Amino acid sequence: MASESTHAVLQPNVGTAEQHGHHSAQMPTGIMRWVLTTNHKEIGSLYLLFSLLMLFVGGTMALVIRAELFQPGLQYVQPEFFNQMTTMHGLIMVFGAIMPAFVGLANWMIPMQIGAPDMALPRLNNFSFWLLPVAFGILLSTLLMEGGGPNFGWTFYAPLSTTYAPPSTSFFIMSIHLAGISSILGAINIIATILNLRTPGMRLMDMSLFVWTWLITAFLLIAVMPVLAGVVTMMLLDINFGTSFFDAAGGGDPVLFQHLFWFFGHPEVYIMILPAFGIVSLIVPTFARKRLFGYASMVYATASIALLSFVVWAHHMFTVGLPLTAELFFMYSTMLIAVPTGVKVFNWIATLFRGSITFEVPMLFALGFIVMFTIGGLSGVMLAIVPADFQYHDTYFVVAHFHYVLVPGALFAILAGAYYWMPKWTGHYADETLGRWHFWLSVIGVNLTFFPMHFSGLAGMPRRIPDYALQFADFNMISSIGGFLFGFSQLIFVWVLVKAIRGGEKAPAKAWEGAEGLEWTVPCPAPTHTFETPPKFVPEVDSPSRH
Amino acid sequence: MSKSQSSDEGVKRTVRTTVWALLGMVLFTIALVPLYDVFCEVTGLNGKTATSAQVMSAQERDDTRWVRVQLVTRSGTGLPWRLEALDQVIAVHPGEIAQARFRFTNTSDVRSSGRAVPSVSPSQGARHFRKMECFCFQEQWLEGGESIELPLVFQVDPALPADIQTLTLAYTLYPMSEVVAQGGYRE
Ligand code: HEM
Ligand SMILES: [Cu+2]
Repeated sequence: MASESTHAVLQPNVGTAEQHGHHSAQMPTGIMRWVLTTNHKEIGSLYLLFSLLMLFVGGTMALVIRAELFQPGLQYVQPEFFNQMTTMHGLIMVFGAIMPAFVGLANWMIPMQIGAPDMALPRLNNFSFWLLPVAFGILLSTLLMEGGGPNFGWTFYAPLSTTYAPPSTSFFIMSIHLAGISSILGAINIIATILNLRTPGMRLMDMSLFVWTWLITAFLLIAVMPVLAGVVTMMLLDINFGTSFFDAAGGGDPVLFQHLFWFFGHPEVYIMILPAFGIVSLIVPTFARKRLFGYASMVYATASIALLSFVVWAHHMFTVGLPLTAELFFMYSTMLIAVPTGVKVFNWIATLFRGSITFEVPMLFALGFIVMFTIGGLSGVMLAIVPADFQYHDTYFVVAHFHYVLVPGALFAILAGAYYWMPKWTGHYADETLGRWHFWLSVIGVNLTFFPMHFSGLAGMPRRIPDYALQFADFNMISSIGGFLFGFSQLIFVWVLVKAIRGGEKAPAKAWEGAEGLEWTVPCPAPTHTFETPPKFVPEVDSPSRH
Repeated sequence: MSKSQSSDEGVKRTVRTTVWALLGMVLFTIALVPLYDVFCEVTGLNGKTATSAQVMSAQERDDTRWVRVQLVTRSGTGLPWRLEALDQVIAVHPGEIAQARFRFTNTSDVRSSGRAVPSVSPSQGARHFRKMECFCFQEQWLEGGESIELPLVFQVDPALPADIQTLTLAYTLYPMSEVVAQGGYRE
């Protein structure tokens, strides 16, 4: 049985090195092999494929939104359905596409980068993955229920999501709980793996930055997922059991909802970007053929971003009527985050400086990330200015901001990682020509879509509306054209992936000339079991922080 | 596979620690609700005022300042009632006792109950808005078509920060039959 390999924790006394040799012989075949797998690489692939599927499901919803907004007036969908589309798009992209993609990359790469044979808790790993299809199956099924699916925005503010919510809301809550449990279990597993299974000799400050950023992300998940679980539980009680946590009629307070939500929500946005920082910090040195500039400062910057992310939540609530001192506090603390973020951007640029740079597809996506994520960071600093935010809040300017940090930010980093490690996963390089097409069309599409939103937002167009005033028509038409271009360009990635799985240029163990790290010491494609005996690691030679 | 006995021990220890941290965060989340209530009661930061009659402030009346008290009402939460502020703006000196009148009208022809829930903005002023008598301390019952006039007796505390020149008190009407059926008002 595949579950043999989980002896590590559950049955500490059984399981010797020999027992493990057998288990592949007894593996179930066909579909059951994937259902029951406890292998970190196979689970990583499941996560990645699931998130790719969700990317297209959520992307289709985005295209419904953009089709409706192509022109003013109501063309294709009713406002009720439009609201369900904006809500589901956000929820699916955040919890179904971006987060699982990073967990998938963690599963594949963390054990290989620290020289471990597998994740610390392989059976739990299988369970956390399979919670996700259930969670999103439930979430998607609400669209077919009477009264429709969630229609209150991905931030599900009460009382919109309680008193005025559709009957399907309890299913929505259930699916958030399941996705949350999945994230928490994944985080426990990642922490246990990183802290205990590093190959002998590898100190914390010898780990790759992807491992570092994931370790810190996992702590963020442990800290804030319970808050999300708590807030949806209170909603459930308000809806079904007559409590009044958020209902002013019963003495509750809707603003409490926003505090709780954003206490989770702001760290959550960093959960979606810290692993991206890690990926870019590996790819830039590889293709600049230089060591990463400022390894230690990268680690400290990541940790300070994570800590600061707990004290900035109310920058999402500047307009709810906070006292002046609170507005000032949250304004300055938010701007403070730009400092460690700036340190990172500086370090990447310093790494590029005087490097012998080549522009393979992973590098293109990483460079695109640096430029466009910074644009998103800058609009973030604008939003942090309280008096300016009074105008920008709930307009398309905010939509432009967070899509810049999440699409050419988080998503580009995931794609960069996929192109970077595809030789390791499939044994073949990704098709370079197609990859370039994918990159350039994505860059054009993403900027056509989201750059004009800065302008429509500054001109006052509110977010989450199916129809709009005539003066916004041109900007919206450009955004919609860009949106379709971007959406369809992602099909090229599927093509690239299928091609690489089926064949293509064979990759050697060290697929990229300038690559460093233990994952490049095992063959391409990586065999099912790697590092059954811990690899040799000499910090003076192998550590990314060596002098 | 090579996971050694010592790393098994380590994994167990890490899992135990993270699960404790997780439980800690769960408790923290549960505690946040009462903490928020207490925090708001002390600072008045959510604009809520006291839910029962308060005593007058003994501080001396400050004749050098005027504070405009605006009274606004909102209905439309499903209750077929009308709530009107008969005195929409009252100018008072801090420390002065003043009265405002409100009219409740049941526009339907069946008996029902409702409660007006107050909120003060700017919220920093909430703590300094003292109510000696208010219809908002309990629910009201109205027969079909009935109309009653009810007073609010209040005092603006002289400790009100000097930069606040206008206080807005908003009453929102909620149907009480529903709230009671669902478990009552959280004082
Ligand atoms: C320099 C760093 C950043 C600053 C100063 C910043 C600031 C802000 C502010 C002030 C808002 C609230 C705007 C409003 O609603 O009026 C906001 C919204 C948002 N930010 Fe950022 N941000 C930064 C980076 C990021 C990153 C890295 C991400 C995610 C990867 C992100 C994701 C979001 C999201 C999703 C929202 C909108 C949430 C919503 O209302 O739906 N931000 N940001
Ligand atoms: Cu934020």
